[in-house]
Amino acid sequence: MANELLDQGFLGYRRENGRVGVRNHVVILPVDDISNAAVESVANNIKGTLPLPHPYGRLQFGADLELHFRTLIGAGSNPNVAAVVVIGIEEGWTQQVVEGIKETGKPVTGFSIELNGDLETIRRASWKAQEYVQYASELQRERCPVEDLWVSTKCGESDTTSGCGANPTVGNAFDKLYARGNTLVFGETTELTGGEHLVEARCRNDEVRARFKFMFDRYQELVDRHKTSDLSDSQPTKGNIAGGLTTIEEKALGNIQKIGRECMIDGVLDKAETPTGPGLWFMDSSSAAAEMVTLCAAAGFAVHMFPTGQGNVIGNPILPVIKLCANPRTVRTMAEHIDVDVSGLLRKEMTPDQAGDALLECTMRTANGRLTRAETLGHREFVLTRLYESA
Amino acid sequence: MIDFVVHEEGDGVGVVVVEGIESGRELTGWIMEEDRDIKITSRSAIPIGHKVALKDYAPGDTVIKYGTDIGKAVAPIGQGEHLHVHNVKTKRW
Repeated sequence: MANELLDQGFLGYRRENGRVGVRNHVVILPVDDISNAAVESVANNIKGTLPLPHPYGRLQFGADLELHFRTLIGAGSNPNVAAVVVIGIEEGWTQQVVEGIKETGKPVTGFSIELNGDLETIRRASWKAQEYVQYASELQRERCPVEDLWVSTKCGESDTTSGCGANPTVGNAFDKLYARGNTLVFGETTELTGGEHLVEARCRNDEVRARFKFMFDRYQELVDRHKTSDLSDSQPTKGNIAGGLTTIEEKALGNIQKIGRECMIDGVLDKAETPTGPGLWFMDSSSAAAEMVTLCAAAGFAVHMFPTGQGNVIGNPILPVIKLCANPRTVRTMAEHIDVDVSGLLRKEMTPDQAGDALLECTMRTANGRLTRAETLGHREFVLTRLYESA
Repeated sequence: MIDFVVHEEGDGVGVVVVEGIESGRELTGWIMEEDRDIKITSRSAIPIGHKVALKDYAPGDTVIKYGTDIGKAVAPIGQGEHLHVHNVKTKRW
């Protein structure tokens, strides 16, 4: 079934730079925390806009500041976004974000609050937002080949059913998309602990392997430097433990099921970096769901496969998050969050191949425009990763 | 009716996939990779998603799942008993 389904491609929005989106947002993007109020006001004035408030952007420096810019510019550049209004307290950093997004060729305008005040900024930005919403509302979806769909994955509130049901389902779907030349990503660096040798074995060549090991060791050093215990209260999480996962190694081995059996890791990305070609990419990232999915959105991914065991409820404002679950109790008690029920896998009522096809079918429908359950519930977790304190 | 699943032959644990397992029940397990069924008797109540020991462990013994080391026993565990954070710990961190 998968071949016929994937042959049909999907209906997406082809952007100025050739990338294809599955949503058509007009984003109102604050550069910094103190611009959130103006951003919220513009979004209140002009219906059909998407505000992305966040708590950072002042006095960051070095690699942490670079990551901040990369994440904001990446979010605005995501093909699920049609146009962007950027608002910051001052001109310099506001224009830096505008110029970064402008490279995609999409409409983007920046407004700074100093010398204008909130009210004048809101007035001007609202006029621009109205123009952008009307522009975006006339854009049409067109049929695109399946390989134009960039797909990310990360699991959350995992339990033992994730490792034997939901995660291998993503792996099956990833194997099928990989064969088509799609661009794919996984990450969650600390959650590979105990299975890092299996990831290394899947790297395309020594160069990729060396880069993966560098990223993995860097994160282990971070944990060693800051830990006050053995991390057994954080990895696995309390939710993981309630779900039956005992050790980080067990969690990691379940996690790795998401990269299937045939995909090779073709490249390694730092946080929020955009892939430069098709294939499977590893992105160094936190294992916290909202952070990791936000990094995937910033890297340019258009749809996300999110396996859960105990029932993580996360969504993302830009990147539609598809939930799948193999735990029959979670599917029953949290049905409004689960897009794809693969609990039949654990009753031998469904083969891994059928489960993978069911996930791909939901993914293509989502790409065509059907809202995910997280979208209908209003989950818009936009969470920026910080590397260290502000100056 | 499958009560627990095992990833592959040689794993020392199974994952309970039904609710309400009490002590003293004969359980049917499915080894997924080899598609083979096994039987075991539960020796504890085991919640859904939690693991049942498929063999006896002494403290220090390695626990294998997915054919890979997932940690060590820190207390004696009998076949059919609940195997979790109270009797198994990571070797890392």
